[in-house]
Amino acid sequence: MIEPISVLASRTAVLPVDNVDTDQIIPARFLTTTQRTGLGRHLFADWRRDAHNEPREDFVLNRPEAAGAQILVAGRNFGCGSSREHAPWALLDYGFRAVISTEIADIFRSNALRNGLLPVVLDADHHGWLMAHPGVELTIDLRACEVRLPDGRIAPFEVEPFARHCILHGVDPLGWLLSREDDIHRFEEARSCAA
Amino acid sequence: MSNPTAAAGEPRTLFRKVWDRHIVVPETADTPAVLYIDLHLVHEVTSPQAFTVLRERGLKVRRPECTLATVDHSVPTDANAWTSGLGDMDHAARHQVRMLGDNCGRAGVRLFGINSSRRGIVHVIGPEQGATQPGMTIVCGDSHTTTHGAFGALAFGIGTTEVGHVLATQCLLQRRPKTLLVEIDGRLPPGVAAKDVILAVIGQIGVDGGTGHVIEFRGAAVSAMSMDERMTLCNMAIEAGARAGMVAPDDTTFEYLAGRPMAPAGAAWERAVADWRGLASDPGAAHDRRVTVDVSRLEPQVTWGTDPGMVMPVSGRIPEPAGAGHRKALDYMGLQAGAAIAGQPVQVVFIGSCTNSRLSDLRDAAALLRGRRVARGVRALVVPGSQQTRLQAEAEGLDRVFIEAGAEWHQSGCSLCIAMNGDRAGAGQYVVSTSNRNFEGRQGQGARTLLASPATAAASAIAGVVADPRPLLAAERRIA
Repeated sequence: MIEPISVLASRTAVLPVDNVDTDQIIPARFLTTTQRTGLGRHLFADWRRDAHNEPREDFVLNRPEAAGAQILVAGRNFGCGSSREHAPWALLDYGFRAVISTEIADIFRSNALRNGLLPVVLDADHHGWLMAHPGVELTIDLRACEVRLPDGRIAPFEVEPFARHCILHGVDPLGWLLSREDDIHRFEEARSCAA
Repeated sequence: MSNPTAAAGEPRTLFRKVWDRHIVVPETADTPAVLYIDLHLVHEVTSPQAFTVLRERGLKVRRPECTLATVDHSVPTDANAWTSGLGDMDHAARHQVRMLGDNCGRAGVRLFGINSSRRGIVHVIGPEQGATQPGMTIVCGDSHTTTHGAFGALAFGIGTTEVGHVLATQCLLQRRPKTLLVEIDGRLPPGVAAKDVILAVIGQIGVDGGTGHVIEFRGAAVSAMSMDERMTLCNMAIEAGARAGMVAPDDTTFEYLAGRPMAPAGAAWERAVADWRGLASDPGAAHDRRVTVDVSRLEPQVTWGTDPGMVMPVSGRIPEPAGAGHRKALDYMGLQAGAAIAGQPVQVVFIGSCTNSRLSDLRDAAALLRGRRVARGVRALVVPGSQQTRLQAEAEGLDRVFIEAGAEWHQSGCSLCIAMNGDRAGAGQYVVSTSNRNFEGRQGQGARTLLASPATAAASAIAGVVADPRPLLAAERRIA
């Protein structure tokens, strides 16, 4: 079950990299887990720490001003690559509740929505401003589908309506699918007759 | 109404035909479609949490007979690890493998487990066993599920939550994606492979060029391809960001499937083929976008950066960086803009993965390695995609060719494509790899991946540097 969310207000952390793939978000060597918890400590493992396991001071999440940020602003095509749901699990476990980009990869977006991590796609102008102003306070309003910037501007975004409904009201998509059992059964019957 | 096609129904694409026949509940403004799934492939890494959710909620696997499981990602492929009874296997990985066995046993799901001769990379065994068929919807908790689209199936990767949805309901909630037609014209020159084609396509449309779309591959070059080659093409559709890749089924498809263990037989086969012939896009069916690629002058391709779109011809020079992303990639790769890629020293060569580990790939590599030696200082791993592929290769004597050349011959698995199973490259090492992702650290922390075809990988293993396979192939032809 996911935690309902309607309005998120937080500072941003800015990761100015395009095509951040899920191997960077959570490297494969951490995928031998059979749990979905505790992955935050491995988030961006190889960007956060060097080969000697020392923190890389120039990486955004290692800077004091990024502490506590719940909104990650990143370059285009965030979350490309592997379908590992460990990527949104790691981001959520670390403390992020939303990712803002100009484009978010399909499977990552779907996985994020299923877990209540908001994938927010903004136009290049608003996104560019956010990239240039790390650490600003933002409000993401999922009811109104808008991001409110500190200078008063409002940036609209789109979310698949059913996923939005599920996140706003804590509705479980599996429960909804299970409620369509009669339709699924009829579909299977019709097919087996045709075969 | 003046539209003459309207009465007979709008012309539909291959994708649309497969999509339409799996709609349980149509899409509305408020809710996605409920899409029926014919085949659910399961492996050890992305399924444990899904089975746990089912157990916690008291739910059963709805259609165990539509579900097929195997172990591939985290199992060791090293022959020594196997003879020592998996003694070297990581504790967590071993737990994962055991958990899949328990989960499948309880649910009645068929599992090609660690000791099965039908085990292998999930995207290799589906087609090999004939489980993958035209017109199906196929999903798996793995992004390279796109591979199965080579058969005219709609096949795509999903996350673990959705693995749970399919286990419990045999359905997924999906919005209908758009379609992108990639028309591949011309005839492939000798020494240029399907891998080179798909790398060139990704280089052209970009790693997000297919986002939100299902790609249909079509054209003279695609029609001429074997199923192995079409699988390589569709396998990397995800590397262009596409939801899926598809090729319309034809006689090549049917010849491949005929007689496979899980394919229909007898009268059911005849009925199936008659149905499958109708899946190709109708004349005049509209795709949302279209791009054309001519491959008649294509060269072998090699990646120089940290995503599959950072690709170049093997005879070319590394491009000047276009932006911060390229500079970051060059820095990670330790390569210089303006330098030739051919001649770049390599330390590891990997021939394997769901992209290029089928029998024809192994034959391509063996054709160059036969009677030659892997260069000193190069570690070459040849990892067949499945145990069946391994046995077929051994029956042809390919294992001897590789071993005599100084390469390692492995058990099947994902191996060095994902480096979570004991096979990995060291920091700073250059790996010419037939896999699908050159992301930072993909083949080991700090390892540097150059994606290429099996022929290019074999030629590079022999030369000890990135090498064009065509001169060696030309020499082979002269001898023949």
